[in-house]
Order: sequence, then structure tokens, then C-alpha cells
Amino acid sequence: MTTEELIAARRAEQWREELRKNKKNKERTDIPRVHMNELDAEYRSHNKEEVNLGLTAEQAMQEAQRCLDCPNPTCMNGCPVSINIPTFVKQIEKGDFLEAAKTLKETSALPAVCGRVCPQEKQCESQCIYTQKLKKEAVAIGYLERFAADYERESGQVSVPSIPEKNGIKVAVIGSGPAGLSFAGDMAQRGYDVTVFEALHEIGGVLKYGIPEFRLPNKIVDVEIDVLSKMGVKFITNCIIGKTISQEQLQEDGFKGIFIASGAGLPNFMNIPGENLIGVMSSNEYLTRVNLMDAANPESDTPVLMGKRVAVIGGGNTAMDSVRTARRLGADRAIIVYRRSEEEMPARIEEVKHAKEEGIEFLTLHNPLEYKGNEKGCVTHMVLQKMELGEADASGRRRPVPIEGAIETIEVDEVIVSIGVSPNPLIPQSFKGLEVTKWGTIVVNQESMQSAVNHIYAGGDIVRGGATVILAMGDGRKAAAAMDADLKK
Amino acid sequence: MNKIVSKEHFSANVVKLEVEAPLIARSRKAGHFVIVKVGKTGERIPLTIAAADTVKGTITLVIQTVGESSRKLCELNEGDYITDLVGPLGQATHIEKVGTVVCAGGGVGCAPLLPIVEAMHKAGNRVIVVLAARTKDLVILEEQMRANSDEVIVMTDDGTSGKKGLVTNGIEEVINREKVDFCVTIGPAIMMKFVSLLTKKYNIPTVASLNTIMVDGTGMCGACRVTVGGKTKFVCVDGPEFDAHQVDFDEMIMRLGAYNGLNKK
Repeated sequence: MTTEELIAARRAEQWREELRKNKKNKERTDIPRVHMNELDAEYRSHNKEEVNLGLTAEQAMQEAQRCLDCPNPTCMNGCPVSINIPTFVKQIEKGDFLEAAKTLKETSALPAVCGRVCPQEKQCESQCIYTQKLKKEAVAIGYLERFAADYERESGQVSVPSIPEKNGIKVAVIGSGPAGLSFAGDMAQRGYDVTVFEALHEIGGVLKYGIPEFRLPNKIVDVEIDVLSKMGVKFITNCIIGKTISQEQLQEDGFKGIFIASGAGLPNFMNIPGENLIGVMSSNEYLTRVNLMDAANPESDTPVLMGKRVAVIGGGNTAMDSVRTARRLGADRAIIVYRRSEEEMPARIEEVKHAKEEGIEFLTLHNPLEYKGNEKGCVTHMVLQKMELGEADASGRRRPVPIEGAIETIEVDEVIVSIGVSPNPLIPQSFKGLEVTKWGTIVVNQESMQSAVNHIYAGGDIVRGGATVILAMGDGRKAAAAMDADLKK
Repeated sequence: MNKIVSKEHFSANVVKLEVEAPLIARSRKAGHFVIVKVGKTGERIPLTIAAADTVKGTITLVIQTVGESSRKLCELNEGDYITDLVGPLGQATHIEKVGTVVCAGGGVGCAPLLPIVEAMHKAGNRVIVVLAARTKDLVILEEQMRANSDEVIVMTDDGTSGKKGLVTNGIEEVINREKVDFCVTIGPAIMMKFVSLLTKKYNIPTVASLNTIMVDGTGMCGACRVTVGGKTKFVCVDGPEFDAHQVDFDEMIMRLGAYNGLNKK
């Protein structure tokens, strides 16, 4: 059966037909989109409790009624891992929450994660008929995904996708972030003997070291990883492929396919004076200390600077994560410094909204020129150039240009530079035969994710340079399908 | 989890641990380091590998107690396990035959110097080792150095062993009596700074192995960044060894103090 036929067959099931007849489309479209329940902004800005509380069962069932169960579900085109969106939404409408969770797991290894951090407004929800044709707010697919995954986890009846007979073929995954986990789940479901190698001491990659607890609690990630373990996926921490074990040794150990998902590495700096002062650091360092090493906890041996006047340079989701973390660690002033205007900010609208509610200041159209420090080498001031928007640049966004003479200096005791990352150089340096771009990303076939070496595939930030969790997961799925086809030849 | 198979006290504050790590023992080269974490709440700290035994599948680490994390590691005993150990990391030392090589080690830095001394000697170089310490009890690995080099000069601040004086006095003595083609130095940052100033005066190419603050050790965090030749470099992936004459040691020494006063216990 083709995908289209499969979608049609499930839509034709009797319960779906009955559900559609239950309510007229007009009644469905009249229901307003649900609002996410959230913690109070003042309360949450002093702790690491999760901001979004999820939907109640009543809210979820009502929101699910808004979905028109379209014969051609365009929402699915917007999902990089092809979740059967109408099926799981209708299962929620019917009250079959556990079934909805199973539907999610057919194609996604991380539904509770995606339900939280996926930019649905740019993915599935942007393709929803409400957005496209009705000019109304989309069905809250992301909230519903989170609801089904959370319901299953909290019910204690976490299902494990069924595994066909093992085929005994060993495949290796390098990196346990979203791309690697997605690939591992798909290959395990196809019967492969999957081993995931992780450089750090924890499984989860950016989901653990990068995304803060208040947006994605670690215990949620651990439950999804546990499902993969139950599916037979082996995890090896503290192991760096290319260093601890070489490419050749992996092959000698019988691994027939390798998926490289080693992620984003080197943080970018602006190379301006004073950037190496004490108190100026990358968002990777700051977030790794707080998230992976739990440095804000007095019990942890890892230190972290807890500034009172913290500036975060950048306008992406990582910048928002950093500035909101700084606020939670006691900053009186936590400031976003961004060289363009708010309209051009790459961060999710929800993150910007949450940040503002928590008292984060936004210095848009400002760009740091220099940092100044005291006699101990600690940063004390930052010199900012005010900007204005000029002509559109290659990215289609209006280029920020300096306003001559408009320079101001503000007091800071901590600066977090969050202007992107370059790919991790460890794998490109240590693997033979790969084609690597001048930016350090691995070149792959866009359809199959296959690299210049036949049995080696790659995906996620090591290919994209810097992307989202869901795009990385989509790469993992594509690579799994292609590697499977290739190994079965 | 990596088991400690033997422990030896070099001095009150310096401990040698031999740790089971067969994969690292197999792939490490002179100059490589590992990241070590003790306990669930432990800190990740970098340590340069002092030796490896591929038959036993072990690596050797020499640790000086300087803070909470190194104290925890030094308190572990034979039979205990190190919670997390990952490596080998960094670029290996570039080894080639260049002629006469002076290897200058200070304090606990003499431990990671040993594999470089061995490799340089094996490559056919005339190797002169200058070992420096505050006092006699802190001079380590003297016998092993003698076994793997052409000459060992010991310098102590108080003259209780070898000659009285600093590491730079020992190096200058060699420079004054014979042609030196290359110098390698590992030790406290301030010591490496002065070794570098000395060899620069005599135009002797020199590499220094830097031990900066790190978190992940794989290029991800940038905590270890140093300025080399005016450019920012990451010690973990670009180093740990750099052209000493290009390193901004003053900035490095400043950055090593980033968390002084923030130590939690």
C-alpha cells in the first residue's frame, strides 16, 4: 500500500466515519483554539518547573473536535517524520488516548519531546486547513501530541512498538541527540541490532545539555529513551567514535552501516575585543553547565556564574533558553541583545512571549562592539552599536546597518554569546572518505542522507549546520529508510 | 565505570592511578588527554594521559589535589571505580626527529611529559629532560625519565634535589652549552610562560601543553578557549599543544581563575 492508500484506509475505518458524522464541520470550526495552561510568570521565573502545563483531557478532546479529518491531510506534509496526524487526533476526540500515543510512536521516537519543542507553527500547523483555507488558528496539533504522550507516560502503561524478528545486522549510530534517536528507533523497528555511541556521560544530546528543564524536563526525555532501550537499542556513553573507537574498528566489529548524528559543535564567537574576559561565554557552555551538569544545584561540583546583569547576544531559541535561565538563576536584569528587530528574530513566538512575561528586556537593533573588564579580567561593561534596518539581504530579511555615532555602554557582569554553532569537527577530522563543506558540514544526498562513503549516512546538525529537533529527526527517518533498503539489496 | 587497578602516592598531594580503559589504552598517543568525572554530581575535568598499557588495557593518570574535584579523584582507592572517563581527546603530539630536544616539566606536568619524552627519544632525538619542583618530595618520575632520555637535570626551588633554581635555569644551562633544536614544556601556566619567554629569546621552537578549564572536552562549550597568534583557539580540539611563542599566557592565567571564589565547597 502506498502512503496515500494507508492514510485513506485508516480514515475509512468505521469509527472514524461515525466520529465525522457526529458533528457538523460548522460546529467544529466554531470552536475556538485551546490555550495552553501555563505557570504564573512571576512564580516560574524563580524556579526550573516546566512552564507549559499541558492540556486537560476535556480540553484535548474539545480541541480534537476542531480537526475536520480532511481526506487529504495537508498537515502531514508539514511533518518531517510523517506522523499520521488525523488518526491520532481523532483517537483523542474518541477518548482513546493510549491508542493515540501508539499512533505517534509508529513514526516518532520522541513524541513527548516533539510535543514540547517542535515549532509546529512552522511545520504541521502551518499546513493545517484552518491556516491554509479558513484563515483561522490551526488545530493545536502540537499540544495534542504532547497530551497523548504525557497521558500515556502518566498512565504507567507505556507501550513499546512491536519489533519484527531480529535480522542480526549491526548498525552504529554516532550521537544520541534527536537525529540519532529517531534513526535508532526506526532501525530497531525494522529488526536491526542498533548501538548508539554517545560522547557525553548522558544520553539525549541537545535534549539534555541544551534545552532547559523549564521547557523540556530531563525525565521526559529519559522515558522516551527507555522505550528505545526496551526495543533493544543499546546505548554506550563516554565513547567517541573516531577517538575511542576508530572508523576501521567499527567495521571490524561487524557494523554494516553507520549513521553520523554528532551534532553541532564549536560555538561561534564574534571575535570582538574583550570576548575572552571572565564572564563572557558561549550559550553552549552556560546551558551545559546548568542543564547537563546541574551547576545551579548546590550539590553539584560544577560551578556556574550567576550574574545579576546578564546580556545574551542573539535572537534564536538558544538565546531565549539562555536568557530565561539567567533570570531563573537570579539575574535582576536579563537582556536579549539582537542586531535586527523583533520581527526578524528566529526564536519561536511562544519563547519570545514567555521571555517577555518573565521580565526579560529586549534590546533589539543593538550589536556588541566590545566588552570591558576590571583588573581581575571580569567583564563589567559592554559597548553597543545601535542599528537600523536597511535593504533586504540574501536571507530575505532587512539587513541591520549601524547608525553612525549611536553607541552606548551598559553595565553587565555576565555575557552569553548565542549566535550559532559550527559543526563538530571530531568526525570530519577522523573519518576517511567523507566529503565536507567549507563550513565543516558533511555532504549527503538530500533524499537518502547517504554520504560520499556508501555505508555511511549522516543527518541533523552535522549536515544542516544548525536546525531544529524535528528536522534532525526527519533526517534520521530518511536515513533509516535508505540504509534499510541498501542493506537489504 | 572504570576500575582503578592500582594507586600510588608520589607525595602527599600527588597520586598516580592506573585505570582500566582498554579502548583508550589502545587508541591513545602521546599528548592526548581524557575527561574524568567522579560521582553523579561530579565535575568534568581534563587530565593528560601519563602512560598506557595495551596488554593490561590500562591508562595511567597522575593527579595533584588542587580543588574539590581532584581531591575526590585522589581519594579513590584501588578497586574503586571512576564514574565517567572519556577519551582520548585532543591532537596527539607531533613527533619527529629534529635533533636535540629539551623536555621541560614542572610539578605534576612531568607525568604527561613522560610519553612525549619516550616518543621523542624513540624517534631518534637527543632528549634532555629538565624536571622542576618546589622541593625534593615533589620531584616525580625521575627514574622513568632517565630510562627514556639522554640526560635528566633536576631543579628544585630549595636545592633539596638536583640543582637549586627554576626550570628556566636548567634549560638555559643546556642552551649555553649545546645547540637545542626544539623544546616541549608542560607544567603550571606561569612556568610555561617563562619557559616560552626564554626559548623565544634563543629562537628555539617550543610547544606547550595547555591545561585549561573544560566542560565537555569535545569542542562544544568553548570554556577552554585561548588566544594563539591573535586568534581564538579551543584547547580541547585544536590543542592541547600549541606553539608556545604564540600563546597569550597572561590571558590564559587570568581565565584559569574564572571560577576562583565560586568553588562550591
